[in-house]
Amino acid sequence: MAIYGTALLALCTLLGVALGEALGLLLHVKANVGGVGIAMMMLMAARQWLASRGHLSAGIKLGVEFWAMMYIPIVVAMAAQQNVLAALKGGPMVLVAGVLTVALCFTLVAVLGRAMGAKDAGHD
Amino acid sequence: MTEALAIAQKIFVDQRLVLGFATIGALMWLCAFVSRRLTAGRIHASAIAIVAALALAWWGGVITGGKKGLADVPAFAGLALLGGAMLRDFAIVATAFEVDVAEARKAGLLGVIALALGTVVPFVVGVGVAWSFGYRDAVSLTTLGAGAVTYIVGPVTGAALGASSPVIALSIATGVLKAVLVMTVTPFVAKLIGLDNPRSAMAFGGLMGTVSGVAGGLAATDEKLVPYGALTATFHTGIGCLLCPSLFFLVLRAVL
Repeated sequence: MAIYGTALLALCTLLGVALGEALGLLLHVKANVGGVGIAMMMLMAARQWLASRGHLSAGIKLGVEFWAMMYIPIVVAMAAQQNVLAALKGGPMVLVAGVLTVALCFTLVAVLGRAMGAKDAGHD
Repeated sequence: MTEALAIAQKIFVDQRLVLGFATIGALMWLCAFVSRRLTAGRIHASAIAIVAALALAWWGGVITGGKKGLADVPAFAGLALLGGAMLRDFAIVATAFEVDVAEARKAGLLGVIALALGTVVPFVVGVGVAWSFGYRDAVSLTTLGAGAVTYIVGPVTGAALGASSPVIALSIATGVLKAVLVMTVTPFVAKLIGLDNPRSAMAFGGLMGTVSGVAGGLAATDEKLVPYGALTATFHTGIGCLLCPSLFFLVLRAVL
């Protein structure tokens, strides 16, 4: 049943968000601390647990994967309701931050790829 | 005429979420067409859709003077729910389902190092640039740094910390620009950075993070490399969402 998958996703999300809120209180941060990340880890653990017991049915998968596939459209809807007008005042900052980040990461891909490639060459 | 208007108004209000699905669907269909026809598939349809949505949000702000972009236009009010924090977090959590933990372990040390660097380096760059542009409060700096990680981590962090909407929009814009740059530049620099094998593709996915950027960039470079890059990239947003509003925020606040 697809609803089991969606309900599992909901349970993980709710628990994650609740734990994130609790962690925020504990750390005296007026914020949800990593609720989404905690929920993701719980969902991964739940998936493994279900798979190891042979309970990971097609219906459960469908109930979760539908929402995973809706993630890009939801992000598009999220982008459509941002205060872009106000953001455009900081135009150059976006450009500088974006270009600098990507340039630096491309360089690191080359460095990391070569360093690790040489080190692991003997193993495979 | 007045009857037609009354029906339209009723639909705008009572069916706003359904109308939101239809609106976003139409937008994405249009963007897929633009992606295929005008960019030969080089720029991912999702990247075009996000840029188009940001442009529409700008237009919504101009004509309504509101703060919620296109969602302030009555006909598109449903976008506020569809793209709101509740469904957004729900869908992001769902993407974790695609990650196979056993497969992920094979990415091993290289993937972990790439992920760590790919979270810390963009965050530091984002915070540094925001600082140089005059931002001084920990919440805004963290949100803008998180935006340089991915366009999801930015708004998730901003929402968690209570950042202002303009700052969140800037963090999304930074992340979107990053995704667009990764998609378009990757095929041209692939040879230069040695991006021609699964191992470097995993490093690439972990460092770049942005899933649409990585998938788009690798697809335009060598389709066989896509799953390797996506494998590490799928962890990226989760790690960013976990670390940026917590550890990074606390460290930054302590430093300030």
